[in-house]
Amino acid sequence: MTDTWIILGATSAIARAFIRKQAEAGAAFILCGRDIVDMEATAADATVRGAPEATVMPIDMRDAATFDAVIEAAKGLEGTINCAVFVGSMPDQAEIDADPSLIDGVVTDSFTGPARFLTMLCPVMEAREQGVVVGISSVAGDRGRLNNYVYGAAKAGFTTYLSGLRNRMGRKGVHVMTVKPGPVDTAMTWGMKMPAMTTPEAAVEDILKGVQKKRNVIYTAKIWFPIMTVIKLIPEPIFKKLSF
Amino acid sequence: MTYSGWGRALTADGELARPERRAVVTAQGPAIGNRRSYGDAALNDNGRATDMTRLDRIIGFDGDIVHVEAGCTIATLARIFAPKGYLPAVMPGTGFATVGGAIGMDVHGKNHHNDGSFGQHVTEITLLGIDGTRAITPADEVIWKATIGGLGQTGVILSAKLRLKPITGGQMRVTERRVQNWDQHIEMLDASTATYCVGWIDAMAKGDALGRGIVEEAEVGGGDYSAPKGAKKVPFDAPNFALAAPIVNAFNEAYYRRVPAEGRTVDRRIEDFFFPLDKIHDWNRLYGKRGFHQFQCVVPLAQVDALKSMLSAIASSGLASPLAVLKRMGAGRGGYMSFPMEGYTLAVDFPARDAAAELIAELISLADAAGGRVYLAKDSLASGGVIKSMYPEHSEWSEAVNEADPDHRFETDMTRRLNLRGAK
Repeated sequence: MTDTWIILGATSAIARAFIRKQAEAGAAFILCGRDIVDMEATAADATVRGAPEATVMPIDMRDAATFDAVIEAAKGLEGTINCAVFVGSMPDQAEIDADPSLIDGVVTDSFTGPARFLTMLCPVMEAREQGVVVGISSVAGDRGRLNNYVYGAAKAGFTTYLSGLRNRMGRKGVHVMTVKPGPVDTAMTWGMKMPAMTTPEAAVEDILKGVQKKRNVIYTAKIWFPIMTVIKLIPEPIFKKLSF
Repeated sequence: MTYSGWGRALTADGELARPERRAVVTAQGPAIGNRRSYGDAALNDNGRATDMTRLDRIIGFDGDIVHVEAGCTIATLARIFAPKGYLPAVMPGTGFATVGGAIGMDVHGKNHHNDGSFGQHVTEITLLGIDGTRAITPADEVIWKATIGGLGQTGVILSAKLRLKPITGGQMRVTERRVQNWDQHIEMLDASTATYCVGWIDAMAKGDALGRGIVEEAEVGGGDYSAPKGAKKVPFDAPNFALAAPIVNAFNEAYYRRVPAEGRTVDRRIEDFFFPLDKIHDWNRLYGKRGFHQFQCVVPLAQVDALKSMLSAIASSGLASPLAVLKRMGAGRGGYMSFPMEGYTLAVDFPARDAAAELIAELISLADAAGGRVYLAKDSLASGGVIKSMYPEHSEWSEAVNEADPDHRFETDMTRRLNLRGAK
């Protein structure tokens, strides 16, 4: 039976690595995002690598009207439906300070957009009593930091949403996994000096292992689990004076 | 950002973009790939360059033609298409080379004497020039020949269509034989009828043993394709003595003795035959922090003795080199600045030291005197005058690229060092 992955944010580098790996394992895809030309290239790549089907559908997290067509397409799928969410945006905190209206976009891209989409997809997946949701959140959501707390706040919202979704959908046989990547070597971090950076390919390896083992929450690179455990333990009076 | 070529002896400091979507690729500087050229061909100091490695998708496959983005590596093509019964028609010695780089250098492989160069199997190139994107084919003769082997000077190669070679198995059947000296080595290369043929030379052997080595001949054989397991890594720069003469001597001796005196025929993975060094990631770090140079030249068939003199000079220099390759080349070449000519090609690595630079200068003049040619994918030490005399179609090329890129936006450290394009 065909395993189909609905990919939100198919133009992201991590999504692309994920699609490749799953295509070589024989999965089918509905690729969703804004850059159609780019996604068509990814769809062709997936097909050559072994995907029986790779459809491209335009979607914009900031325009919920674009969600309906994808949900309809999902209803028509045979076999298992899975969904992986790679969307999000991270403008510089300084840009946000200069133009606070940017906050709405960040929260929509990283939290409310995908949450709204998943809430619409939920009944379709629950009806089949199988499938996996992989939600890419971020270590930035574990604690608000000086340098990107708006992005962090949006991801914290998404993390909490996924936790509730797991609680709900787990009862119906759908597994929800939260992924908290540290810095990954992608266009989002290109040119920045960041600690414990991982590659999209390594992150995807961690994600697929997590899916296989039905993990609830994973960090990638793994080193971020102990790092964030310590960071979460720092008392607020001290934490508020730190800048990193 | 600071970056270097594979030899790590030369570096550049400049703005490096690494687009992940085609829409954001610009024509503001030369395109570079996985930087497997040894010298400065993929460097643009104090300028901008575009790293194409994230645009690496296979975007179409029809009949035996694959359409692939420039950043896709040769190893990826081999891994994806070998199980489907195809291989890239030409594969260089490293699978990490990108398709864009393979075109820009018009690379060759162990089957050059039969199948020609990489560029001869390209049927279309999508090129982002200063006036926008266009698809070119061999019918666009001037810009085509200026792009194949053209050092990226006509624009950013976005994607290309390649004609793949049908294969009937998934493993390589490799015959290895010892050759005891130079004459035997050349004799065996001349007599070979194999599709793939290459000689490894112990560049430290002297006197009667000069030119001893192993000749490898291979065909694609039966057996299913199996992808290679994970590669090993060199975690840090080796100390300078790691490749000191006694160690290299011992290595070369062992490498020679590895093949039994009567020779042997074995089945190998495709990758193990074509990309033997890729099994060790970052093997260039074995040469230590100072890096290394590779010298590669080709001389006409009749000038085979010039190659022997070069090898004598190398062997008596005492400069240690574990990696030396000898191959008989055919005449096939795809562009004005393509390296191949019918003859013999020799490639040798040297740690980057003053003595090595002097030796390489001597080797370059020997190649020049023999009517030969130095390979620009490897070079970091030649001078412009010599290169221009070695490449008879250089002026056709420079005229074409200066017309395609009048502002010299795509110049690299190499084209400036050799003054290949003249003044603006």
